[in-house]
Amino acid sequence: MSDEYDNNKSYQAQSSEVIDGSTGSVNPDIDYVRPAEVGEQDLYHGHSFIEKWVFCQDAKVIGVQYFLTAVFTGIVGLILSWLMRLQLGFPELAGFMTAEHYYQFVTMHGMIMVVYFLTALFLGGFGNYLIPLMVGARDMVFPYVNMLSFWMFFVAVAVLMASFFVPGGPTGAGWTLYPPQTILEGTPGSGMGILLMLISLSLFVIGFTMGGLNYMITILQARTRGMTLMRMPLTVWGIFTATVLAMLAFPALLVSAIMMTLDKVLQTSFFMPTILKAGEVLEYGGGSPILFQHLFWFFGHPEVYIVALPAFGIVSDLISVHARKNIFGYRMMVWAIVGIGGLSFFVWAHHMYVSGMNPWFGFFFATTTLIIAVPTAMKVYNWILTLWRGNIRINTVMLWCLGFIVTFVNGGITGIFLGNVSVDVPLSDTYFVIAHFHMVMGIAPLMVIMGAVYHWFPLVAGKMLHEGLGKWHFWITFLGAYSIYFPMHYLGFIGVPRRYFEMYDSPYMTSAVGMNEFISIAAFIVGAAQFILVFNIIKTLKTGKKAEQNPWKANSLEWYTSTVPPEHGNFGERLPVVHRWPYDFSVPGAKDDFIPQTTAPSEVIHTEVEKT
Amino acid sequence: MSEQKIDGFELKPGFKGMASDTGSDQTMFKGVHWGKAMMWIFLLSDTFVFSCFLISYMKGRGSTIVDWPNTSEVFSLYVGGVPVPLLLIAIMTFVLITSSGTMALAVKYGYEKNRKMCGWLILATAVGGLTFVGMQVFEWSKLIHEGVRPWGNPFGASQFGSFFFMITGFHGFHVSIGVIFLFIYTYKVFAGHYESKKRGWFTKMKGDYVEIEILGLYWHFVDLVWVFIFAFFYLW
Repeated sequence: MSDEYDNNKSYQAQSSEVIDGSTGSVNPDIDYVRPAEVGEQDLYHGHSFIEKWVFCQDAKVIGVQYFLTAVFTGIVGLILSWLMRLQLGFPELAGFMTAEHYYQFVTMHGMIMVVYFLTALFLGGFGNYLIPLMVGARDMVFPYVNMLSFWMFFVAVAVLMASFFVPGGPTGAGWTLYPPQTILEGTPGSGMGILLMLISLSLFVIGFTMGGLNYMITILQARTRGMTLMRMPLTVWGIFTATVLAMLAFPALLVSAIMMTLDKVLQTSFFMPTILKAGEVLEYGGGSPILFQHLFWFFGHPEVYIVALPAFGIVSDLISVHARKNIFGYRMMVWAIVGIGGLSFFVWAHHMYVSGMNPWFGFFFATTTLIIAVPTAMKVYNWILTLWRGNIRINTVMLWCLGFIVTFVNGGITGIFLGNVSVDVPLSDTYFVIAHFHMVMGIAPLMVIMGAVYHWFPLVAGKMLHEGLGKWHFWITFLGAYSIYFPMHYLGFIGVPRRYFEMYDSPYMTSAVGMNEFISIAAFIVGAAQFILVFNIIKTLKTGKKAEQNPWKANSLEWYTSTVPPEHGNFGERLPVVHRWPYDFSVPGAKDDFIPQTTAPSEVIHTEVEKT
Repeated sequence: MSEQKIDGFELKPGFKGMASDTGSDQTMFKGVHWGKAMMWIFLLSDTFVFSCFLISYMKGRGSTIVDWPNTSEVFSLYVGGVPVPLLLIAIMTFVLITSSGTMALAVKYGYEKNRKMCGWLILATAVGGLTFVGMQVFEWSKLIHEGVRPWGNPFGASQFGSFFFMITGFHGFHVSIGVIFLFIYTYKVFAGHYESKKRGWFTKMKGDYVEIEILGLYWHFVDLVWVFIFAFFYLW
């Protein structure tokens, strides 16, 4: 067993030459790992500034590029939400805003946050940075395609942002873009706005496909020696499954975007029924608006899990590391991720209970929807059991994780309400729905992102973020988010409809005024609190204290790179060899409370490690 | 499947083999080139794209208020004054399927390092693809002359033209992309880039004849999709 385990050297461990730090014994029998199947990856190192930082083929740089671009769009989405809350809480201060503006802000806020912020951040940002490091690869398997993927995303964002500046402004059809109103005159941005939105979405799908192929093949075909699928950190499992979902769900979005573009530009009638406008019959006729809803939600529901599954994976790793305990029920966690992913393709029409469907379909989709609660509940229990009797460190990262669990349970329970047809029908299109999905796929994944930023910042930048600022950031966000969304459940129950520019004079709506003001104030504060993180990052980059290697004493491979931050190629001369899962924390009999994945069995022969 | 060994790892046949490959380290698909695995997964994703198109088409065709045009009349060619239904489509399909055959042979000769034969066969495939696209252009222009437009046509439901141009257009786009790559790879094979280990223009990576097989996978897929389009659009 290793008394003086030097984790800086661990990456050099090779199967046949592992030398025990204390006794010097070599045991090729129990330390055997199959030789490499694939030769060393041929890497192209950039030579100029442009090749190193702009059109860079290194997945880590691409990950940071994705991250920064997504955060930029996220800030735009945040500002839009402020404007919406200003109108809802204090309409007298929002005199500049017309109803058209409001719908445009609602639409762009939704689309930006779901697709361009969360999806891009989790898969493009964390996926690119962490997958090669965590599975022990030098880089993504197709670095050039990976680079194209980011720039395609960048163009998609540019096109999306351009729609703010075209005549008529961005589309105001709601993020679901339901036809026929989306492309008909009278809807804000039904000219250039919607066209740019559809083009941008198509570009996003193309760009994502390039990235997704990279993530999948890197995980399936480019793991290091000893890294079996069941030894991968759950982060990788979450991102992998989300990528599979994206590869199969985005086609529906692409197809619906193409068809709607044709409806808009060439006056085809894929989604357009016969329409009377001011007594005149329009050119359209014979199309099916419901078809669009099916296509959209066949994408839209897996999309929810594309955002949620990476969050599930990442939070599992964060909890395990910061509670110094192995993740409870690792295999169950993996199968739950895969199961949720599979089920997510059979629930899409629960978004369409009020669209007019055969009741039997409603019954079917309600059943599948509620079944998803089973693997999801397993995951929540396992997170709690991981914490149970753990050596919990209440640092910023752990606070975000705990915040996630609570918020996720909260949003999940309201999901069970909405999954039932008979409960959903009166609640649909009210603030209850807004509260539900913001809790479960807005705030909850965001908390994981924040935790992940505090966790991995020392790896990316080599410096520790300030803990005090981080705790302020957490508590304001956590309490603030609940101040925003708890009252919204109540607003939903009293029947306040979503997407309304103002409540007019409807008598029972007036009781919502005070609550709306309160929610708006909370929203302003929570939004502003996010800039604490921006400030923290800038301050840390300038004056922060240097991080030691592996500051959290984690086991997974990303902390065992040759340099911090890792260079192109990640692991120095030799790739690491993996002997165990990444969750050997607090193993009875071990000197340290963690055993890195690269530690050979012969080094820890007197401990009670699990066989993985 | 015969038993194979990859670096001391015995590949077992059947379900057990699959389970043991999945449970092993490093790779899930033993001995499969990264690019080849990527192409398979891309094609799976692309299958979903075409499925969405075709399912939308079925839904659209099923719910129109006007009758669907009689496809065997619309798609017929007059030979000596006699209408022959689906004549052009039959020739197009024949050309495309034949090009799949030449592609398969190109892959075989590529792996045998028979540079010349491989190059000529890829060229033949490219010419086949080009012929297909050319005939599709002819078909489109014929229908446009007859008044078929994406937004309407004289034969019946306006969705006929919409779906026709969209789906065959999307497929034709796939074929065209394939043809461009076939010409590029014809050049690469004849110029001997795989023998000289010349690095790619953009990716800066060394190539191998496995790339021909990857291109072939794409080409066969485009063929297969055509069979479905043929069945659902022209025969129904």
